[in-house]
Amino acid sequence: MTTAADPPRAEGFRIGQLINDTRYRSYTFQFIALVALIFGFSWLAYNASQNEQLQANGFSYDFLFAPAGYDINQQPIPYTSQDTHLRATVIGAINTIIVAVLACVTATIFGVIAGVLRLSNNWIISKLMAIYVEMFRNIPVLIWIIIIFTVAANTFPPISEFRLPNDGSDPDRALLFGMFAATNQGVFVPRLVFEDLGWVVALTFLASIAGVFAWRAHARNKLYSEGKIVPVLWPALAILLVPTIVVYFVLGMPITVENPAMGRFRFEGGFLLRPSLIALWFALSIYTGAFIAENVRAGILAISRGQTEAAAALGLRPGRIMSLVVLPQALRVIIPPLISQYLNITKNTSLAIAVGYMDLTGTLGGITLNQTGRALECILLLMLFYLTFSLAISAVMNVYNNSVKLKER
Amino acid sequence: MNKSVLLGTLAFAGLAAAGASAATLDDVKARGTLNCGVTTGVPGFAEPDANGVWQGFDVAVCRAVAAAVLGDPEAVTFVPTTGKTRFTALASGEIDMLARNTTWTFSRDTDLKFDFTGVNYYDGQGFMVPAALGVSSATELDGATVCIQTGTTTELNLADYFRVNNMSYEPVPIETGAEAVQQYLAGACDVYTTDRSALAAQRAGFETPSDHVILPEVVSKEPLGPLVRHGDSEWADIVRWTLNALIAAEEYGVTQANVEELGSAPGDNPEINRMLGTEGELGAMVGLEAGAFKNAIAAVGNYGEVFDQNIGESTAIGLARGLNAQYTDGGLIYSPPFR
Repeated sequence: MTTAADPPRAEGFRIGQLINDTRYRSYTFQFIALVALIFGFSWLAYNASQNEQLQANGFSYDFLFAPAGYDINQQPIPYTSQDTHLRATVIGAINTIIVAVLACVTATIFGVIAGVLRLSNNWIISKLMAIYVEMFRNIPVLIWIIIIFTVAANTFPPISEFRLPNDGSDPDRALLFGMFAATNQGVFVPRLVFEDLGWVVALTFLASIAGVFAWRAHARNKLYSEGKIVPVLWPALAILLVPTIVVYFVLGMPITVENPAMGRFRFEGGFLLRPSLIALWFALSIYTGAFIAENVRAGILAISRGQTEAAAALGLRPGRIMSLVVLPQALRVIIPPLISQYLNITKNTSLAIAVGYMDLTGTLGGITLNQTGRALECILLLMLFYLTFSLAISAVMNVYNNSVKLKER
Repeated sequence: MNKSVLLGTLAFAGLAAAGASAATLDDVKARGTLNCGVTTGVPGFAEPDANGVWQGFDVAVCRAVAAAVLGDPEAVTFVPTTGKTRFTALASGEIDMLARNTTWTFSRDTDLKFDFTGVNYYDGQGFMVPAALGVSSATELDGATVCIQTGTTTELNLADYFRVNNMSYEPVPIETGAEAVQQYLAGACDVYTTDRSALAAQRAGFETPSDHVILPEVVSKEPLGPLVRHGDSEWADIVRWTLNALIAAEEYGVTQANVEELGSAPGDNPEINRMLGTEGELGAMVGLEAGAFKNAIAAVGNYGEVFDQNIGESTAIGLARGLNAQYTDGGLIYSPPFR
């Protein structure tokens, strides 16, 4: 009998248990961390509130509604120097989105091509891709932006060679096909001018794109349900182009092309791709493309070799093995790191100021901040914008990720 | 115990941050050097020479203040600032004064909470174009591509000038003056605009300066001068009267060569005596020693000497005195009396 041993212990709570008792220890440390966090943030807020300049000026966003006073070169929406700082901010935000979207698209294309080719059996091609990846991802993107910008400014022909000489002779250089001109002040390309019914043609084209996707889905259904291979390429091209062309001519050609024409200093009319946009776009694309290439390679290598061999045993050709068997499975490995690469591109667009591209950091975080002196307000707003962009991209990509990830039934 | 150490550290850091901007003069004396904000490099105004020593017209103001306060013109830490970073650097206390081709404007003086302590160069914004362009007036620039240094008053003046004259242009915003010049020389823009003094300074550094013309139009008033933070009037007085001492020294014929002699014993001119500290107590009134302004003049010379050595007609930059002559010679340079 052991009744006399181990009398029931008094279940009183002692303060030492907070540290020594594993039941409470984690709560104790979490509580301490929380208090430290709250204290840290309140100290920052207090410090800011005691700032002499802030006390004198107050914290206010009224400046957003005052005239900006400066000009912006790339204007996706109309803007003059008499418009408000808010409008300048919005233009900067749109410019950020423009270059981010462009760079995401081209970086993905570069990355997928380089990633697949790096696994090629051809020694030269795979080594070339290895050199591309190692070279571009190991040099800071700011350096690439500046290199490309400087090279573009110094290798493209000076715009003066396109100008009409005063003596009436022909200029040294002419437009390519009468439509394109690559100069050190940017690349001038034709612009589409929509007349009254032009939007009908545009709508038809958009509908055709939807039609192409519908045809692809149809072809896939046929393949999966009946095992028939329905041709995709040529019908898709026909669906894409024929209705648009028919509508275009039936309506009497409501969309015309405006070619750039030489003015006193530079080309008037047409559309100008500025060197700053080109440099930023291209640098972000090839830099991030190198990272995406590695993601793609990792995704493909993650698929067991047995899958390829099984597909080959069934008689599929290499191209179909890649597109029907390997890539669909590789996507669920590739997509999550791809999301963070897209976020990196979006955040790296803020390096735009190095080449004078008027993005959000250039307008709100640059000139507006500097002309109004409202540093805290501008930076907080800037953070809010970038946070919103990044979270939106994340949300969209996560939806896509859910659609391609392994379905567990 | 650990927690109390943490709290103590935070509280101390808070106190340190709060006390950063009390009396600049005491801070400078305690530190032993003057933190002076200058440009990232404009020939003649502020640029390190071949030995890495900062030289120039604005640099001389920094050295004069250091000589007056600390007695040593070399006791200056030069902080290069861009058009964008300069005001933050001054407001945050990173620098004690800014001598950086900065235009005195209403909103900078009031809204940004700075004090301009005078004007050391009366300037105006101009345009530079390649001579080959065949442009002789700024009114012919409709449709041109213009390089500008972003975050400056030139950006706003440019927008106003083209708008008022119903002309269009393509702005190419660039962070620093040196990069803007590179872009201009590469032909990425047809026009480079900034203060005319800086245009002349930059052009002097070109391979063939005569291939570029500065157009006759002056599109703005740009009084450039040193500035300090609002709210420390004692420090503002020191910077203001050091600059005035250089100006008055030229007016009264006090030079780097004769200042020691004139400052050793009271002379005939009571104004010179008061300025150099041989009579009265002007130095003590601003919290400095009696010979403070004598030290400043001995360190860099009078205003005219500073001008001639750095940007005058005998230098590569070759600027005429023009508006920056003494009022006795028809210019605007004028010091209130030392009394």
